[in-house]
Amino acid sequence: MNKNQLLQELGQILPSDVILHQKEDLTPYECDGLSAFRELPLAVTLPETIDQVTAILTLCNRLDVPVVARGAGTGLSGGALPHKDGVLLSLAKFKQILKIDPQRQTAVVQPGVRNLAISEAAKPYGLYYAPDPSSQIACTIGGNVAENSGGVHCLKYGLTVHNIQQIKVVTIDGELLTIGGSGLDSAGFDLLALLTGSEGMLAVIVEVTVKLLPIPERAQVILAAFDDVAKAGEAVGNIISAGIIPAGLEMMDKLAIRAAEEFVHAGYPTDAEAILLCEIDGTNAEVSEHILKIREILNQSGATEVRTAKDEAERLMFWKGRKAAFPAVGCIAPDYYCMDGTIPRKQLPHVLKTISELSAEYKLQVANVFHAGDGNLHPLILYDANNPGELERTEEFGGKILDLCVKAGGSITGEHGVGVEKINHMCVQFNSEELTQFHAIKSAFDAKGLLNPGKAVPTLHRCAEFGAMHVHKGKLPFPELERF
Amino acid sequence: MTTQDSSLDLQAHVKNAIKNNTALCIQGGNSKSFYGRTPIGQTLKINDHSGIINYEPTELVITARAGTPLKEIEYALLENNQILPFEPPHYGNNATLGGTVACNLSGPRRAAAGAARDYMLGCKVLNGKGEIISFGGEVMKNVAGYDVSRLMAGALGTLGVLLEVSLKVLPRPEAEITLTLEHNTEKALAKIIRLAQVNFPISANCYDGDRLFLRLSGTEGAVETSKKPIGGEIIETEHDIWQKIKEQQHGFFMTDQPLWRLSVAADTPPIKLEGKWLYEWNGALRWLVSSASAETIQAAAKKIGGHATRYRGHDQNHIDVFHPLSPALLNLHKKLKHAFDPHGIFNRGRMYPDF
Ligand SMILES: Cc1cc2nc3c(=O)[nH]c(=O)nc-3n(C[C@H](O)[C@H](O)[C@H](O)COP(=O)(O)OP(=O)(O)OC[C@H]3O[C@@H](n4cnc5c(N)ncnc54)[C@H](O)[C@@H]3O)c2cc1C
Repeated sequence: MNKNQLLQELGQILPSDVILHQKEDLTPYECDGLSAFRELPLAVTLPETIDQVTAILTLCNRLDVPVVARGAGTGLSGGALPHKDGVLLSLAKFKQILKIDPQRQTAVVQPGVRNLAISEAAKPYGLYYAPDPSSQIACTIGGNVAENSGGVHCLKYGLTVHNIQQIKVVTIDGELLTIGGSGLDSAGFDLLALLTGSEGMLAVIVEVTVKLLPIPERAQVILAAFDDVAKAGEAVGNIISAGIIPAGLEMMDKLAIRAAEEFVHAGYPTDAEAILLCEIDGTNAEVSEHILKIREILNQSGATEVRTAKDEAERLMFWKGRKAAFPAVGCIAPDYYCMDGTIPRKQLPHVLKTISELSAEYKLQVANVFHAGDGNLHPLILYDANNPGELERTEEFGGKILDLCVKAGGSITGEHGVGVEKINHMCVQFNSEELTQFHAIKSAFDAKGLLNPGKAVPTLHRCAEFGAMHVHKGKLPFPELERF
Repeated sequence: MTTQDSSLDLQAHVKNAIKNNTALCIQGGNSKSFYGRTPIGQTLKINDHSGIINYEPTELVITARAGTPLKEIEYALLENNQILPFEPPHYGNNATLGGTVACNLSGPRRAAAGAARDYMLGCKVLNGKGEIISFGGEVMKNVAGYDVSRLMAGALGTLGVLLEVSLKVLPRPEAEITLTLEHNTEKALAKIIRLAQVNFPISANCYDGDRLFLRLSGTEGAVETSKKPIGGEIIETEHDIWQKIKEQQHGFFMTDQPLWRLSVAADTPPIKLEGKWLYEWNGALRWLVSSASAETIQAAAKKIGGHATRYRGHDQNHIDVFHPLSPALLNLHKKLKHAFDPHGIFNRGRMYPDF
């Protein structure tokens, strides 16, 4: 690709101050939240209007230039990692909340609006946007749709896909499509579902209409401590068997509890092997009834301590510890690697036990923080990138955890996406016919494969190589070959 | 209760059809043959491929073969105090799980709980190349690969034969009552919208032109304390009102005239089209019995960002039973159809005449 021609033509679409191409200007975009992968794009563009996005995509399509969309860059799987021969399309300037409609209970927002900003804008109307990733202060709604992000309240309120009603997207052909509608469904295929979680591979999202919910009359959280992780896991199943779907049901293990406690002083019991945070919301009466029942179940499940937050301040404090768990773990180790597998809940004790065995084998500590109600694990592997070989060992250990999740009947990713990070493990979860089906879907939208190339779905060739690697028990046969 | 795995037979059948270039009409219980256009081709029956494969109440997941009778699924769930939250209509005795999901039809609880597609966790399908492939799984969260499972919901079998489906299920509400209030249309619609903005445990609502029906579901306390502020009278006799609305056995649906289904924004004021109306889903679903022209009805729906479907009592060979797609979207649909079914074997013409 001729960089000068590209820049010159981009210059006809955008003012020069929103086309970045000097190394120092590109560096802030070299990675997303998964900083182990870095790459500089040819150029970064920061369009402000849908027309500009359309023009950029049309141009890139004509010149065969790859395009990587980027929201806030908080993704944890390298989804927004730039392409070295491509344009990074930042949606950061699409920051307007176009409309809050209390009658319809929807908000129409531009893709660069932060997740939390939607709930803040809806609050005066007594409404909020339910999916709440821990990164919600920073991550964008466009990124949330692209990843089908979840959060602690997804157990009851669903993922992004359950909470959006319409999106506008621009395809690589420069076509602006409205997907979904003002009602609860639309004619034709469910393209809204197909595009949600498509990791910027099918189209660029330029507008999102989200559903808003009434802020619950009351929310209450219970903290339960356990002297055994397996017991905590069983308690989760017992609550659900009793016919209660809590708003959130999170678990943290000892290392995570200690790290979080040190970080925010949430009042967690640091001698516990595991804690559960169980949030109940709804009408006042409903919450009271559920609290009684849940306390009883927790006690019967062998909790060593059951505490109901005494006021709103304590409730927020309990959650603060959980929400800050990642950065907290970041303080007790130079680096950490966050995994995102899901498993059927009943496999929790087995999977946690195997992870701790692997932890001993690899001599790397693991802190577990996770969405227990959904069976979505976030083992955080602690390591020090300055120790030679430790990053590689960490990645290998991480790979073993993903294998374990697939074997237990789960998935390699619950909410963080495949990106570049887990692309090889897609070969473990899907066979070649399934992967070929994914490629066919991709081609229907983007025949030349210009949107976010090399992400999310591996080529069969790559899987063949990865398969060969697996045979050698994780020892790479050709370490000099580029793995990702 | 029959349990049988016929996937290999079905696969052989499809491979044969590919070889001979025969189109296939996928058929479960044939309870929803009125819905959509009349497809071209030989019947491919999937009833024999049936049985619940895995149901674990504590995991909130059920997996069954597509030919499993919907009744059987609902019965198994009820035994464990669980439900299919989207409350699917059966439209007959023989409805199957596969047909239910392929049509993505949902009942009264839809506005409160979501549609069939919202509860799709995974599926096994036979694509138009004769391959058996699986997507999603039995876990609540899974973002590996594109969401093919949800795409299958509502695709009316045009993208492949559903073989197995995994659905998320939920506990059955502890208590349930139905309230009724008399209102004119404007007042009834305004009332539903107002109620939806507050935290009432309303699991269904319907306005039939005279009366507004509201169903409250939840804990005993939640239902009890919400009754008074909402007002109206508790229905003691018409217990099956929701069943009747769901299965379209309510008097409103007893007509020879064409029935339309309009999906619009909930707060849309009464639409000025001649005919009789019945409202569900907070006003977002509107049934219209009318002999007005299709152009008039579809234009009215489109103007407010919604869409209109010829539901019953129409010529099923008509060009557009479903709302016409924009040229760009139609083009994308054709490409996706090709991606799953390159030879155009499945349910040709069931959704749109073009594929
Ligand atoms: C501390 C921390 C905690 C987190 N907690 C959670 C959590 O609880 N739950 C969860 O689900 N995730 C979590 N994440 C991951 C991340 O925040 C989410 O994936 C988020 O949705 C990414 O949004 P973003 O705007 O940063 O997107 P980016 O990282 O910029 O992009 C993510 C992907 O989306 C694509 N994309 C972005 N915008 C668009 C667009 N407009 N059109 C098309 N494609 C687009 C990109 O190409 C990329 O593939 C966490 C991350 C961090 C750092």
